[in-house]
Amino acid sequence: MSDARTEIFSSIRRALGVNGTEAPRRQSVEDRLEHAPKGVVPARGQGDLATRTEIFKTQALRAQATLADVASLADIPAEVAVYLRANNLAAKIRGGLDPRLASMPWTETEFIVEQEKEGSDLTSISIAFGGIAETGTLALVSGKENPTHLNFLPDHHIVVLQASEIVSDYERLLRKLRMVYGKGLMPRTVNFITGPSRSADIAHTLLLGAHGPRRLHIIVVNDA
Amino acid sequence: MSLTSTSQQFKANAHHALGDADLQAAMAHVPTGFVASRAAAIARLPEFEALRDSARDIKNHTLAHLDLYLEAYESKVLAAGGHVHFARTSDEANAIVLEICKSHGAKTVTKGKSMISEEIGLNAVLDANGIKPIETDLGEYIIQLRRETPSHIIAPAAHLTKDQVEADFRRVHVNLDAKRDLEEPQTLLAEARTIMRQNFLAADIGITGANFLIAETGTSIIVTNEGNGDLTQSLPKVHIVLAAIEKLVPTLEDAAQILRVLARSATGQDMSVYTTLSTGPRRADDPDGPEHYHVIILDNGRSSMLAGPFKDMLRCIRCGACMNHCPVYQSIGGHAYGWVYPGPMGAVLTPSFIGLDQSSDLPNASTFCGQCESVCPVRIPLPGLMRLWRERSFSRQLMPFAQRAALGFWVFFAKNPRLYRAATWAAMSALGFFARGRDNLNALPFLKAWTKSRDFPAPQGGTFQAQWAKRHTGPKS
Repeated sequence: MSDARTEIFSSIRRALGVNGTEAPRRQSVEDRLEHAPKGVVPARGQGDLATRTEIFKTQALRAQATLADVASLADIPAEVAVYLRANNLAAKIRGGLDPRLASMPWTETEFIVEQEKEGSDLTSISIAFGGIAETGTLALVSGKENPTHLNFLPDHHIVVLQASEIVSDYERLLRKLRMVYGKGLMPRTVNFITGPSRSADIAHTLLLGAHGPRRLHIIVVNDA
Repeated sequence: MSLTSTSQQFKANAHHALGDADLQAAMAHVPTGFVASRAAAIARLPEFEALRDSARDIKNHTLAHLDLYLEAYESKVLAAGGHVHFARTSDEANAIVLEICKSHGAKTVTKGKSMISEEIGLNAVLDANGIKPIETDLGEYIIQLRRETPSHIIAPAAHLTKDQVEADFRRVHVNLDAKRDLEEPQTLLAEARTIMRQNFLAADIGITGANFLIAETGTSIIVTNEGNGDLTQSLPKVHIVLAAIEKLVPTLEDAAQILRVLARSATGQDMSVYTTLSTGPRRADDPDGPEHYHVIILDNGRSSMLAGPFKDMLRCIRCGACMNHCPVYQSIGGHAYGWVYPGPMGAVLTPSFIGLDQSSDLPNASTFCGQCESVCPVRIPLPGLMRLWRERSFSRQLMPFAQRAALGFWVFFAKNPRLYRAATWAAMSALGFFARGRDNLNALPFLKAWTKSRDFPAPQGGTFQAQWAKRHTGPKS
């Protein structure tokens, strides 16, 4: 049996009328991979930090996330306690090993460090890698600081977003990823999250809380 | 081809669908839901048309350099610690999945929504080998309970009413209280969520599709609203990605361009809730994520499509806008098309996959209103491609005798302008006679089969040619 890989490549090359060694084609591909041209970037996310933050909030609300504002990271636990009480939830929350979470004054709420999936978690807290104003989207990256499963298993996902990390568009967020992880390299998972989980699979009726969190609560830290 | 096709019986399928009250009730939501939401989303983004051009150009560029981008992608996946498998056919793809399942001793497999999985008929193969496939997308879960195939590429249970779903849940979830209240759709959702939670945590392997494969980084991207795809791919020890060769794009920036038209075209959201980028298995100090990451890249005849006029179809990003806007799809739903891919994109794709002789009615399942092409985010000339299949159907003599004869008759007149003018004038006068001043004709001699289900507009004024001649010789302003 001839090798599937070899045969697929020959079939593609036969169809395109090429042999794969043509210098101009190789150059064109190398250039694109190297420079990653931007294409069309919508105007609507653009602006200074205050403007971007406002656009982010408007878009996140449109996607049915809920929002709160605090002045500094130290104010997060108090805001979390407010949210848990308002939603009649137990005073405990799970999060990863992000040092920013560890250094917060968790007096009212029990902060539980979780690394492995647990499955019974009702509430979790993560710190976002960034926010994208254009669509009110959060970007979260995998790792022990903010385990990916905490973005999906709990009923209520609280995400801390530092206003200084809100960028106008996807292209700027991607640039930031490259700066942190290196060109062509990625963490295992990047989650772009726009609002809470939903489905319209039952009779075309849009319902929140399908398999992921029923609620997405974003606490914006006005740190800039 | 692993899935049995009923595309040959398209007309009978469509006839049946038109008389199916449940189906008609469910399909009534399509124009008010998908179509209206898309229009609203696009109205909010002035750059939308420019983004469509950009998406089209990215796909064309990638397809023209597909061999090289595939090589680049493969080396990046390997560098990130993942595995890449190539499959020429459905059988090869299924065999690779089975092999991975066996090597990990897998008993249950959770699955995110994947049309490639439908195309290769994976669930039947897993079942036959003692491995339990569990569909986790709510719509896919519902149709799995009913042993049906998806009727829509992004809303697999689009053909069902709430009452049908309730009846299925009562039939299958027998260990729950038979008297429980399932009146509200929200309670059905909650029930599915609870049941699926246990499946997510217990699965040995998670299988997802991919909306994009990124050559620059070796990343696969899935786009979902429910979060099921993420639970499927991040909780089990093994993540398998099923994707076809045309999912490649060069860079993350290119994916961002297409993402901007994908959700807007599909559901009218600016972005779907979860857009997830996965690269390789979990890293040394990652607390979660799969330990093994496999990508299976399927050809299934696509590489040979690159050579001919149907290569435009390889731009398709599976948003479903063409079917949402199609008057034929809106009337009959997806199952009538008889194979995996319904609607206009299915009418073009299916003959490529299962043969025109098995599906020659599909390219005729169109009013040629052009809606599909006008909404396609990557500007695929769908009506043109359907017309091309019609021409092939004619030249291969796959059309019924009467249809061929009628076309031959028309060609005879069309090639003789005097005769044509005389005949159209005579036909018009006859129609005018039958209309007797009415605007529409609901009965015509010899054409009962046609007028039974539609009216024919009565002629207003002279023939087209006569009016054209008058307009062009008249006084110019």
